[in-house]
Amino acid sequence: MSERKLIDARGAACPGPMMELIAMLKLLEVGDEVELLSTDPGTAADVPTWCDKVGHKLVSKTKADDHWILVVGKAK
Amino acid sequence: MKKIIVVGGGMAGSIVANGLARKLNKELNNGLVNITVISATDKHLYQPGLLYLAFGRVRENELIRDQKTILDKRIEFHVDPAINIDTQAKKVTTKSGKVFEGNYLVIATGSRLVPETVPGLAEGAHQFYSVDGAKKLRDTLKTFEGGKIVINVNAPHKCPVAPIEITCMLHDFLTEKGVMEKSEITYTYPVGRVHAMEPVANWAVPEFEKLGIKSETLFNTKEVNVDKKTITSEEGVTLNYDLLITIPPHKGQQVVEDSVPDAKGGWCPTDKKKLYLEGTTDVFICGDTTNIPISKAGSTAHFEADTIVDNISSLIQEGTMARDYDGKVFCFIETGKEEGSYVWFNYTTPPAPGLPTKAVHRFKLAYNKMYWLSAKGLL
Repeated sequence: MSERKLIDARGAACPGPMMELIAMLKLLEVGDEVELLSTDPGTAADVPTWCDKVGHKLVSKTKADDHWILVVGKAK
Repeated sequence: MKKIIVVGGGMAGSIVANGLARKLNKELNNGLVNITVISATDKHLYQPGLLYLAFGRVRENELIRDQKTILDKRIEFHVDPAINIDTQAKKVTTKSGKVFEGNYLVIATGSRLVPETVPGLAEGAHQFYSVDGAKKLRDTLKTFEGGKIVINVNAPHKCPVAPIEITCMLHDFLTEKGVMEKSEITYTYPVGRVHAMEPVANWAVPEFEKLGIKSETLFNTKEVNVDKKTITSEEGVTLNYDLLITIPPHKGQQVVEDSVPDAKGGWCPTDKKKLYLEGTTDVFICGDTTNIPISKAGSTAHFEADTIVDNISSLIQEGTMARDYDGKVFCFIETGKEEGSYVWFNYTTPPAPGLPTKAVHRFKLAYNKMYWLSAKGLL
């Protein structure tokens, strides 16, 4: 059964949301998802581009009050 | 009697145990408290010194001391690797079959290198995150006569500024050796800039340009071909190398992954302020072992350890927690040319590194000697 892991990286300066996402995806199985919370606008822009480049699936990207919620599915 | 079990004798575990011995001095002397440290090794390694070992600036014996000389003499110390940690019962089982049970449990088992999770990386790359790795790199650099060097950074890894430091210091080393003109350094990084911290990346980009260092960002290592001497990323970029230096991916310890619930990758789910294991109030996680999305660095372990010391001693003496961890991290940055900078930040204050100076570099060298006072809980 697939699982979804939450990473609350709001305000995280180092290593930052994208690095946390990459590290978590390595630990998951294909079909699992990561829900990433980030206040960094750069991450909101970079994650979809990166998913496209390496072949992971951007399930959703939502803007909440002061942060983004990015859901990424491990596809390979 | 209140029993405190600390699993791990690295920087985090040592500072917690020694700090508690100091804060609970009276209780320890009166037999009201017992502090036990369980470690997989009888040695204590000053890990940030490995960067200097790789360039022959320090010797191995300057970085290692007997763990029992670090710990307060009243602390019970066992060299006996933990093979199971029962966080519900606060019970630790060791390789020799002993079982340790406490009122409070501190898990400070640190992280481990897992280059074998990337095909070819362990065989094809040098690393300086272990004594043997740093010495092997030092010996290779001694005879290196120039060529293509790739400095390859993987996620997750501890000591977030080490990749920048080794790059700047390697440039200095090759220049002094007279082979930089025959060399080319390419630095790879997993995210879309040369460092996770934007201000550090903003400083490093012009600095790399000035030094002629190339960079390849959004580079997540897929494989190393040892025969062809190439390294390829998940993003589809392949680089040739004559010398490959990697900052390998890390994981938490196997015993944590195997026995602590929901500790994916060996990182314990941790309350970012209280430093409890999620779902408990008497199991604390310290240092690299947490899953908190902040730097895995010695200073993180130090500041977390100080918080845990205050809280466990306060719980024992007054029945209440003393304070929250504010997310503080402080890192020196060796920037080459005998200069250094530093950066600090916490959960609410973003990082803002200063310009490199010779004074900070010298202070860092001094801290390398003063570290042992930190481990003893004195600094």
